[in-house]
Amino acid sequence: MALDKPYLDVPGTTIFDAEQSRKGYHLNQFCVSLMRPENRARFKQNERAYLDEWPMSEEQKLAVMARDLNRCMALGGNIYFLARIGATDGLSFQQMAGSMTGMTEAEYRDMMLHGGRSIEGNRFVGEDGDAQPQHQPQGRAGQKVQA
Amino acid sequence: MARITASVYTSHVPAIGAALDLGKDREPYWQPVFAGYEYSKQWMKDNKPDVICLVYNDHATAFSLDMIPTFAIGTAPAFPVADEGWGPRPVPPVIGHPELAAHIAQSVIQQDFDLTIVNKMPVDHGLTVPLSLMCGQPPADAFQWPCPVIPFAVNVVQYPVPSGQRCFKLGQAIRKAVESFDQDLNVHIWGTGGMSHQLQGPRAGLINREWDNAWLDQMIADPAACAQVPHIDYVREAGSEGIELVMWLIARGAMADVAGGKAPLVKHRFYHVPASNTAVGHLILQEV
Repeated sequence: MALDKPYLDVPGTTIFDAEQSRKGYHLNQFCVSLMRPENRARFKQNERAYLDEWPMSEEQKLAVMARDLNRCMALGGNIYFLARIGATDGLSFQQMAGSMTGMTEAEYRDMMLHGGRSIEGNRFVGEDGDAQPQHQPQGRAGQKVQA
Repeated sequence: MARITASVYTSHVPAIGAALDLGKDREPYWQPVFAGYEYSKQWMKDNKPDVICLVYNDHATAFSLDMIPTFAIGTAPAFPVADEGWGPRPVPPVIGHPELAAHIAQSVIQQDFDLTIVNKMPVDHGLTVPLSLMCGQPPADAFQWPCPVIPFAVNVVQYPVPSGQRCFKLGQAIRKAVESFDQDLNVHIWGTGGMSHQLQGPRAGLINREWDNAWLDQMIADPAACAQVPHIDYVREAGSEGIELVMWLIARGAMADVAGGKAPLVKHRFYHVPASNTAVGHLILQEV
């Protein structure tokens, strides 16, 4: 019988449920390892070699090396765990969150200063808000990547 | 007899801790956030508790994916401040209250809640930022928090998290537990996290001022109805991390009016956008 997952129609959002947690176990535990300074140093010295010590999928390793947090989330990552990668890179939570929107750091910070992202059009997939799939990427950072 | 005299509610945004630790609290960006807690710091001095039961969530710090308890109570004599990847916050270690914590664990488990008893646990910004906001930064010559703290960790990281209704009932169970402790103690219960925020995906940065304030109104005036709000409403309306607000219902459930007593006084209410990615909400309810 199907489980009740009413959150699947929220646009631009991945809920870290038991299924995602199962997929992302090793990816997230790799992130936990970065809480130790000596591991951060080893990871920075040779990311690929460090990642190869973990039974992660190739897709997960590539997503980490690309710092593609949206892809990491799709592959079972959780943002609080992934934040350890950002900390290792010297990024703030705001920089990490912003990186998932396609906005530049300045664009995202500006949005927050003006009251944050509006809920209007962003409650259900199929509406027309800025978090909807048809409006990605949202900012200049994302457009640069596409070009 | 121990008694709960007040409940405090506040967001626990990590950037607030960083701003305090780096001395940025007078900067124009942060000044309005800290101004909202000026009243609270004085209130804390005037209404100093003997113990704080502090409900918060661990952010992949003490609990990795090896094991995540839904509800965990810290029964240790002390809890070190965690290194979350940026180095530990320069704040005092948290002194626990093992006797009351063990008593609450025993009582609440007998009331059918599955608490995990934790004797070794670093505490992260979820616990230390509310202390900094309410107590200010302890000076070097008196480097300690004003009273012992019992950490009460709730899983809101790995879904499904406990429902608002379950949290509300847990608060009621904690009240009974505290009231059956023989020592004469003035106990605060704090609920932390929220308000609307989403830290992930293309919808990151979501803020819903209207929903937050309507939810707060209801939580104050009709908490039993507020406890009925389903998970999906938090996720959809307040963002994926807005679900942290269920923790506020634990503190609210511990107030006298829920057990048939008088409604608490609203001593202070504050709301501000933004602190980093988050809407900051804060409330003090005091028993009459």
